[in-house]
Amino acid sequence: MADTITLAKTRSSVADSLRCQGAGMPDPNGPRGAKPRRRFSRRNIFLYGTLILIGAYYLLPLYVMIVTSFKGMPEIRLGNIFSPPVEITYQPWIRAWAEACTGLNCDGLSRGFWNSVQILIPSVVLSIAVASVNGYALANWKFKGSEVFFTILIFGAFIPYQVMLYPIVILLRELGLFGDLSGLVLVHTIFGMPILTLLFRNYFTSLPEELFKAARVDGAGFWGIYFRIMVPMSIPIFVVAVILQVTGIWNDFLFGVIYTRPDQYPMTVQLNNIVNSVQGVKEYNVNMAATLLTGLVPLTIYFISGKLFVRGIAAGAVKG
Amino acid sequence: MGQPSYSVEIHKVDLSFGSVEVLKDLTLSIHEGEFLVLLGSSGCGKSTLLNCIAGLLDVSDGQIFIKGRNVTWEEPSHRGIGMVFQSYALYPQMSVEGNLSFGLKNAGMPKAEIEKRVARAAEILQIEPLLKRKPAALSGGQRQRVAIGRALVRDVDVFLFDEPLSNLDAKLRADLRVEIKRLHQTLKNTMIYVTHDQVEAMTLADRIAIMKGGAVQQLGSPDEIYNRPQNKYVADFIGSPSMNFVEGTLNGSGMRVTDHTIPMNGYAYSTKHSGETPSWIGIRPEQVVTGEAAKAAPFSTTVEVELVEPMGSDKLVWGQFAGMPFRFRMDGQATVLPGEVMPLGFDPAVASLFDRATEQRI
Repeated sequence: MADTITLAKTRSSVADSLRCQGAGMPDPNGPRGAKPRRRFSRRNIFLYGTLILIGAYYLLPLYVMIVTSFKGMPEIRLGNIFSPPVEITYQPWIRAWAEACTGLNCDGLSRGFWNSVQILIPSVVLSIAVASVNGYALANWKFKGSEVFFTILIFGAFIPYQVMLYPIVILLRELGLFGDLSGLVLVHTIFGMPILTLLFRNYFTSLPEELFKAARVDGAGFWGIYFRIMVPMSIPIFVVAVILQVTGIWNDFLFGVIYTRPDQYPMTVQLNNIVNSVQGVKEYNVNMAATLLTGLVPLTIYFISGKLFVRGIAAGAVKG
Repeated sequence: MGQPSYSVEIHKVDLSFGSVEVLKDLTLSIHEGEFLVLLGSSGCGKSTLLNCIAGLLDVSDGQIFIKGRNVTWEEPSHRGIGMVFQSYALYPQMSVEGNLSFGLKNAGMPKAEIEKRVARAAEILQIEPLLKRKPAALSGGQRQRVAIGRALVRDVDVFLFDEPLSNLDAKLRADLRVEIKRLHQTLKNTMIYVTHDQVEAMTLADRIAIMKGGAVQQLGSPDEIYNRPQNKYVADFIGSPSMNFVEGTLNGSGMRVTDHTIPMNGYAYSTKHSGETPSWIGIRPEQVVTGEAAKAAPFSTTVEVELVEPMGSDKLVWGQFAGMPFRFRMDGQATVLPGEVMPLGFDPAVASLFDRATEQRI
């Protein structure tokens, strides 16, 4: 095996060699510059081998899904699940989106998609709006008992959802919201509260306190500081919160199936009804397409917002 | 309470966090147009006191007056104060102009007036070319200038500075120090300045308040603080290198230190004393003379040199006097080697005497 030695000379290594010359006899043939690294060392082979293996483990099912969704039923029956489609057909995708039957309706996942959108947008906006103000108040406007309040709120994150299912049914019934989308929005908002509040409180606590003080001296009030100082500095954490909430709420099945009526089922519930239907032929290609369609929204969010994660907004605000 | 001649009055202020008392029954009056420096080591309560004056912390007890008005319960923005923070605390997402006008917009000031004031502040601080920039694009010195500008535009009575120069490098710190002094001479506002740097305190202050453990140890002009420290803590804190303390006993004839007797003729006693008092005599390293001048001094002795620290402009020499470490300053050009026996002397009239029991000035 040929060792590939890269002799890259970086600026710091020049400084190193200069320093070395000062001490004792300079040896012109001794080690010089950046330490060479073997590309095909045992360590690298092991590392990348493991990574590739694990990558394959996770990507293979996805590959099978995508391939299958573009095949016709006769081709699937041949049983070669890894082979690419001989004849590409978009029919399964169209069926999954617009024609698949669940219960009485035969308009595919599109109904569930729009239901999910109607649930998602108000839930995400509402939960983040409330939680960020909560976190801001708990971080910057400490009041008597605020720590106790915070502890109680965080405690909520550790209670299993199932415990609260029935009490919430009663609660929603009493409020007249049971079986209504707004009821589900309320449930999602409440269940997002502990973890989001924690997220926002910790982020706002990490912002320099002197900024908050300066804004108070400048005469900004509770909302003034929140909207003009805190929110513009907290875009990264808002992005994180959006990702958390969008994926969480979009993928929710439990609340969706319990607190809504069949014609308001979110996409996940509808997907289940399509895939798990016991009548007729199992249309694997349609099932695959439907599953991919359902997963598309969280995936898109990840791809779009990945970059925003990294951006440090507050950089350079404080100290030199 | 609240004669108009005082700009800021702090009256019997207490502040405790739980069981920790940070400020204890603190009373302090600051004259109109005065530059007062709160000086102390970290944890002495100086920044806390400043935050109390600003209204960012509620006091547990006591009152605060600004321009004769009781502002104890007022919001920071209604106290007529502007504050400059150590970390600058500029709003990162706003331009320099936005930073300067933020407070004015909050006060609902008309646009034309805001522009006028921002322009004036920018002119005074020479930051006009930077107005459209974001804080991230400014150097440390420029940021600090904008932070000062933010207090300046609000046209306040009192400026509060919370260690504004601590984040800057030594050279810039010296430059901005002069600028702050110049600003004070131009504006003639009352300024309260918190620092742990005694050079800043000595150069800037009209009066210095030395704080320790939430109480003011001594309040006086830099001259008074340096020459007549009220107690041993102040004497030790001010001056670099710090004062030499030699243990001895004070009696009618002078100060007896082992087999030496230091005559205390000409010393201005602060208190009457009688009999024998165990005490310290404090001599600043720069008050010690060597060589020919030592023989002429009212008190002279010889000391063996142990260590020499050259500082460029002068040399700091370490030795022992009566078994206690003793430092003195010599000219930077003088040649002095460890082991050498030096004659040295000082004038006890400029020294300070402290009671060993109370640590107070005698």
